[in-house]
Amino acid sequence: MRRTLTRRGFLATVAAAGAAAAVGPPRALGRPAIQAPRPGPILTRPIPSSAAGERLPLVGLGSWITFNVGDDPAARDACTEVMRAFFAGGGRLIDSSPMYGSSQDTIGYGLAKLGHPPELFAADKVWISSGEKGPAQIAASLQKWGIPRFSLLEVHNVMSWEEHLPALFALKKAGKLGYVGVTTSEGRRHDEIEKILRSQPIDFVQVTYNAADREVEARILPLAHERRIAVICNRPFRRGELIARTARSPLPAFARDIDCESWAQVLLKFIVAHPAVACAIPATSRVDHVRQNIGASYGRLPDEATRQRIAAEVAKL
Amino acid sequence: MSEWWTYRLSNFLLFAPRTYFRLFELYNAAIWPAQILAFALGTGLLVLLRRGGVARGRAIAGLLAAAWLWSGVGFHALRYATINWGAVYFAWLFGFEAAALLGLALSRRAAFEKPADGAGRIGLGLFLFALVVEPLIGPVLLGRRWRGIELFAVAPDPTAVGTLGLLLLARVRRRWLLMAAPVLWAALTGVSLLAMEARDWWVAPAAAAMALAAAGRQGSRRRVPGAAWRPAAR
Repeated sequence: MRRTLTRRGFLATVAAAGAAAAVGPPRALGRPAIQAPRPGPILTRPIPSSAAGERLPLVGLGSWITFNVGDDPAARDACTEVMRAFFAGGGRLIDSSPMYGSSQDTIGYGLAKLGHPPELFAADKVWISSGEKGPAQIAASLQKWGIPRFSLLEVHNVMSWEEHLPALFALKKAGKLGYVGVTTSEGRRHDEIEKILRSQPIDFVQVTYNAADREVEARILPLAHERRIAVICNRPFRRGELIARTARSPLPAFARDIDCESWAQVLLKFIVAHPAVACAIPATSRVDHVRQNIGASYGRLPDEATRQRIAAEVAKL
Repeated sequence: MSEWWTYRLSNFLLFAPRTYFRLFELYNAAIWPAQILAFALGTGLLVLLRRGGVARGRAIAGLLAAAWLWSGVGFHALRYATINWGAVYFAWLFGFEAAALLGLALSRRAAFEKPADGAGRIGLGLFLFALVVEPLIGPVLLGRRWRGIELFAVAPDPTAVGTLGLLLLARVRRRWLLMAAPVLWAALTGVSLLAMEARDWWVAPAAAAMALAAAGRQGSRRRVPGAAWRPAAR
């Protein structure tokens, strides 16, 4: 029987977040990227349901909007450079969905150009109302990525999850899929997410969480932690709004204490310091930004008091 | 869609604005020199309009059908659909309009004439706006690249506005049916551009609203006894 986690008890575990985020060596890929020296090795967090103890770096790479560039060769090459910098910085998880236009094709293009990095943790979604058509969509997605299997497949926005989840569990059991999950965004369908977390043996849940959107702290994050379900956080910058809000505000003094060089890193560390969070998935089409983002996977993480200060600073902006 | 009230306009935007405008640059490069043909088609429509007559009216309807078919297939289906899965439906909308205009061209009732009233003058003004002014708004006023210029007959926005203008000069039955797709597109593109925070988001919707108001005024005049709509003298 699972132990019930109280909010107070749950917050107490935040102090141990740094210990939970163990370290592993970043692996360079392809030509070396020029980047500032990292404060120590990359921070990773275990996937709770992984029997093999698989771990993920704290920052992944989203592809919503930024990688939807059609068949524009210049833009595809630019996205490939973003992926190159991401892998060079030690990143692993790339997230996409059939809903994201040409993003899957762009990822496939980049992976082929980069020689299919072995460290890739390929996270995609099923996004179709018909359960019967799910396998065909997954096959099409695999073809676009140019890979034989996904590390993680999630039911996008919990659409027809009752039909899709059994099929995904069957794929996992057959060894054709690493992990199974569900997603939502921007605070929607939390009751349904909670129901799934309580009733289904999923490995991952993806929700919106950032210094301004903290609704999931109340129920979803503690429940996921209790049920040993890894949490991926989307919209870490609220689609750029938080970055824009912080643009004219000097970096707070405490940023140095948590090894942050930018507001982007402060905002990301606010998220990934939460012990229930496996990783955040900021999306970008710029190499300098992805280097900055992956930089939040290094150095010291904020304790709970500092996280509250970050949230308070953001609320003031 | 559950919890629809929680969605913002930007939630429906699947791509970055720069990707959208870059699409026109790539499209123009791919279809060059069709732009010259498109401009010639626009000026040709003016000549046909000036001369009037049913045969030339059928030619106008046929050329407009070609413009809608080109924009629907060449832009929506082959280009826009690469970044927006909804563009497939836009292509069907443009195909519907092309079919309706083609039907008009084949019907022997396609009469377009020179402006005979205020609504007609608004129609001619809208067509000239779509042909000459609207394409310049992006590059001249908003700093977009010339390579991404959106031209009548190959790009959807000026094609829709220009068609609405010409339809105000059309003497055809069920004109509302022909105006439906351009008006719907004007609304859709306005919403899309608004979501992209493009400053010219209002141009096509305003043109469509003007065309609808003029068409309504024209229609009411036709219904008033003794105020029958008469074709201009030739």
